[in-house]
Amino acid sequence: MKLKGSEIIIRTLIEQGVTDVFGYPGGQVINIYDALYKYRDEINHVLTAHEQGASHAADGYSRATGKVGVCIATSGPGATNLVTGIATAMLDSIPMVAITGNVPCSLIGKDSFQEIDITGVTLPITKHNYFVNRIEELADSIREAFAIAKSGRPGPVLIDVPKDVQVAEYEYEPMPVVEKQALPEPEAKDIEKAVELINASERPYIYIGGGAAGLGLGKDIVRLADKIDAAIGCTFMGISAIPDGCPRFLGMQGMHGHYASSISQNEADLIIGVGVRFSDRATGNVAKYARSTKIIQLDPDSAEINKNVVVDLGIVADVEHAFRAILEAVESKAHPEWSARIEELKEEEERIEKHIAAKSDAKLSPKMVFDVINACKPPRTVIATDVGQHQMWTAQYATFDTTRRFVSSGGLGTMGFGLGAAIGARVATGDTTVLITGDGSFGMNLNELATAVSHGIPVVVVLMNNGVLGMVRQWQTLFFGKRYSETVLTDRRTDFVKLAEAFGAVGYRAGTREEFEDAFKKAIASGEVTVIDTLIDKDEFVLPMLPPGGSIDDIITEID
Amino acid sequence: MAKTEKFVIAMYVDNKFGVLTRVTGMFTRRGFNIDALAVGETESSDYSRITITLSGDKYVREQLINQLNKLHNVKKVEVLDDDCIKRQLMLLKVSYTSATRAEILAAVEVYRAKVIDYTTGEMCIEVTGDPSKIDAFIKLMLPFGILEMCRTGVVALERGNKTLFNND
Repeated sequence: MKLKGSEIIIRTLIEQGVTDVFGYPGGQVINIYDALYKYRDEINHVLTAHEQGASHAADGYSRATGKVGVCIATSGPGATNLVTGIATAMLDSIPMVAITGNVPCSLIGKDSFQEIDITGVTLPITKHNYFVNRIEELADSIREAFAIAKSGRPGPVLIDVPKDVQVAEYEYEPMPVVEKQALPEPEAKDIEKAVELINASERPYIYIGGGAAGLGLGKDIVRLADKIDAAIGCTFMGISAIPDGCPRFLGMQGMHGHYASSISQNEADLIIGVGVRFSDRATGNVAKYARSTKIIQLDPDSAEINKNVVVDLGIVADVEHAFRAILEAVESKAHPEWSARIEELKEEEERIEKHIAAKSDAKLSPKMVFDVINACKPPRTVIATDVGQHQMWTAQYATFDTTRRFVSSGGLGTMGFGLGAAIGARVATGDTTVLITGDGSFGMNLNELATAVSHGIPVVVVLMNNGVLGMVRQWQTLFFGKRYSETVLTDRRTDFVKLAEAFGAVGYRAGTREEFEDAFKKAIASGEVTVIDTLIDKDEFVLPMLPPGGSIDDIITEID
Repeated sequence: MAKTEKFVIAMYVDNKFGVLTRVTGMFTRRGFNIDALAVGETESSDYSRITITLSGDKYVREQLINQLNKLHNVKKVEVLDDDCIKRQLMLLKVSYTSATRAEILAAVEVYRAKVIDYTTGEMCIEVTGDPSKIDAFIKLMLPFGILEMCRTGVVALERGNKTLFNND
């Protein structure tokens, strides 16, 4: 049948299984919005307050489900407002399709009103992008975009459609949902070599990253760890890959990682990396990272092998298949000395934590906030964050009962990511969604409260309010002689309870553990958009800390 | 430090607008420097061949190939054998006097170059060959006063029946 380009876009999205999109209308996408109106019973559009919010919502939607998140924006400023969201998805390998309108082809290149070369702008931050100037290529470009976004190492794809292509007519035939491109099977000799390295290891450490988090390998990872008597640690992006309560799981390692996890990784004689990229935040000084450790790296992206650290064996293949092949082939082995050492490190970590807690006389510490959240949150709760101290506390303290429940900007570290992402995650899952944020990050995109309220998306916002840009302040405390340049926010005098109410949400203020617990329980039960202004001290630090460019020997566990 | 060497990368890419930007953009983004670049259509009009000469160690070589392979429009990419056939073309305008004319023409003869424009006081010479031959010719012309010159990127093919990409 012959359809207009704008309708082809929406029909192709529906055909590809899309049920929700996030976006904002504008001059060069009016036709697309007209088609959305026509198909409003088949596809749900969430109008955000800002295109950036739409991009983060599409990202959060994807992180929580593994489905491809979709966002729509108009040309020019609409398109550039997506940029931070697209870059966030790129750095964390999140599948996303962004659709932008552009001025008609006859006006392209003439600096027309709201014209921007968005494919040029997003070239370095997309897996691929399309400028579709021929209606004949429209439907297939969208299909290809979905295939690229979800295949191999996932990522964002942008499709820019000039207005005249949206109004032109062309034949449309529905097609099946595009399949992920199959990844190569692991080679037998690589599996053999991996098994050899593992069998020879006395102190193995399984290291889980974002590339493994979405695969549902959790149980197999624990099985391998049991079989070879290994410790399990993860990167920031690997959080929630291993369900809580696994005694072998030591949590995140790296700059703000758990003490036992970081130290044991350094002492291991073999690291089995699954979907990790050994980023600077994870390794510290690479020259000093895991010096006497052999490394196996499983990844679908060949460019990750030997990129940041030189590995002894890189396996570029379907990670699940490779992992399972290794799991089946390795010998069962016990390493009592290694286990004892891990226990010792865990005890040391506990001692450090107790020591920090004992020094604090806070009525409401970050740890207490998470003790309450962990105890009161319903099963399958999604925890989203912004970026800063609160994000690292979440990474350290929050517990997760299943995978894809931790939604946070790791690679790009995007302040202002959280609220949009939480909205997307809640729309995608229908599960309780809690946003942990700070007063700095929340200030960046709090306008999305309007989105949550207008669409009845009951996100619970735990705003850890310390009146400062805490993470930068922490660096200023440690490395800049306590010169707190532009990190004090108390002059803002924002009343977040009133602010929540002004948006039509519910606001609470909590200064003690009891107040917080009361507010949090009410928020979870109410089904209303809620902001809990959670007052914490400005001198709470994220510890331990491996200073930037430092090595494991420089780990800071205490600040006076 | 691993050894830095000059090498040649050849790739088949979709013959579409914007593809060259995608390729060169990746070099910029990851901090790799291009020495010379040549692009042109291939035996199939669906594909262009991009030939890039650059220097780098083993890390640079591996990263480049892996990163290029990730670009959707790059269909095949390889580092060519060291002994591949490399050719570059240069146009060079040099001034002459009656005293220097014969010497310049002798050089043209020896280098199997060609004089393609000849006016009173200046001549334009075309030279083709391996980049090192072109370098040597430039060195030879320097004392005479080079007015202007331009050289293309290197194009290269491997020897024998080796081909980069089979279109079938």
